[in-house]
Amino acid sequence: MTVPKLRIAGLDKSFGTGERRTEVLRDINLDLADNEFVSLVGTSGCGKSTLLSIVAGLQDFDAGDLSIDGAPILQPGLDRGVVFQSYTLLPWLTARQNIEFALKAAGYDRTACREIALEHLDLVKLSQSADRFPSELSGGMKQRVAIARALSYRPKMLLMDEPFGALDALTRHQMQELLTQIWEEHKLTVLFVTHDVEEAVYLSDRIVVMGIGPGRIMQTFNVDIERPRREEVMETPAFMDLQRGVHKAIREASRRPEMA
Amino acid sequence: MSADPPAKTGPARSAPKAATKQARRRRSSGIGAPIARSRFLMIAVAVFVGLGLAWWAATGLEWVKPIFLPSPGSVATQIAKLAADGTLWLDLTASAYRISIGFLIASALSIPIGVLIGSFRSWEAGIEPLVDFIRYMPVVAFVPLSILWAGTGDTQKFLIIFIGTFFQQVLMVMDNVKRVPADFIGLGRTLGLPDRKILTRIVVPSALPGIWDTLRISLGWAWTWLVLAELVAATSGLGYRITVSQRYFQTNTIIGYILLLGVLGLITDQVMKALEKVLFRQDGHSQ
Repeated sequence: MTVPKLRIAGLDKSFGTGERRTEVLRDINLDLADNEFVSLVGTSGCGKSTLLSIVAGLQDFDAGDLSIDGAPILQPGLDRGVVFQSYTLLPWLTARQNIEFALKAAGYDRTACREIALEHLDLVKLSQSADRFPSELSGGMKQRVAIARALSYRPKMLLMDEPFGALDALTRHQMQELLTQIWEEHKLTVLFVTHDVEEAVYLSDRIVVMGIGPGRIMQTFNVDIERPRREEVMETPAFMDLQRGVHKAIREASRRPEMA
Repeated sequence: MSADPPAKTGPARSAPKAATKQARRRRSSGIGAPIARSRFLMIAVAVFVGLGLAWWAATGLEWVKPIFLPSPGSVATQIAKLAADGTLWLDLTASAYRISIGFLIASALSIPIGVLIGSFRSWEAGIEPLVDFIRYMPVVAFVPLSILWAGTGDTQKFLIIFIGTFFQQVLMVMDNVKRVPADFIGLGRTLGLPDRKILTRIVVPSALPGIWDTLRISLGWAWTWLVLAELVAATSGLGYRITVSQRYFQTNTIIGYILLLGVLGLITDQVMKALEKVLFRQDGHSQ
């Protein structure tokens, strides 16, 4: 068997110590193949964001193994691009400068920074707004810059924590379509956290349903819907069946916290 | 993070005039209700004019003795006289020099220390409780000590301004730094930046509008501590002139200088505010 892009094996995580100790994640096992798009879904408190944060290297864990291309993950790094829900564009930099900021950190020289930044702004259809400051951009535009930034320095995989959670429904749909297009054209391994089941089905190759008390993987769904996917696919019976199935799994996962 | 600015709401254009008027009236008196800028200015100016008139009337009708409250005319003449013979200018430059140096020393130390204790818990443990303790010691009580330590020269003025502003500034800068969104720091870490670079490239620039505000507010206090130091022991400066004038019952000088101090404070505050708008225009923090 080939080495998976991302391997999470037997991962445990808890917060606090002694009597106040709460187990947030128990025995998480998940492999992501190269160029696979996997979504984590589940009710709040199931630890899906914590898991993503651990993979990003922003939080530590108690036990288990975590590796990218076979190399253990010890700290945050440029091999994983992270998109946060809160956009995290630096307000004193323009859209282009925000991307250049990341590229500079990745060690690109000045001319390359500028070139790659503009290229990625073009990718998210924001060439016109390159020199605008975040305060002059809408929520959706900000998140597009953040995605462009995370893609720009060519990470091995993309980690996205409810990236469209703060957007209105219409913008969210546009962003999903854009992300699908980019992903289908450029192919990338993505770990995506969301509480929006429709979004998960539309974007993913595989959906992982997590349950609470402690957070663990309950069920996995393969999304065998043909690509390229466009918005119309959401109306098909196959899509809606799967959506219902995932919803049901989430409900069951959150209803029976005591059963392992 | 702030999203798009809220859309301006106003009475619907097609609404009948009477209804619009009523709606507007109701809105302009409620809590937090907006009023027109012209109206705001009118009220503000009216208060100043009203107080000025009351002063003018009280002295003109001789309700109070000039030794307690001289007339506006007498104050203006006296200030003009002091300006003409150069006294005012000397007092002003002496005071401006002291506040500049004292404030610069305090700020130059408080900003880096505030950034450190706002970012690293062990620095916070080492410094924050101590600063919090000293902060509650009245600055006034340090004046005799400061004279004992530093004499009555400029150094003592710097010292009093420093004691009065530094300890407040440190805690406020710490707070400014703690308000930097955790995800900004997370971003820096995912980009593989070392802590030092996260501090200089993300934390400090992000906290800068807040730090600037801290400087603006503490500069206002610095004027108070300056005058306090000059009142007690000095041979020049605005505070010194006020003390000397008391000895000779020159109430018009005292009042003139107090008004002047108010104006100086107002000017520095407005300058800082204007600079803030220029410096952090794109941040959307200033609004």
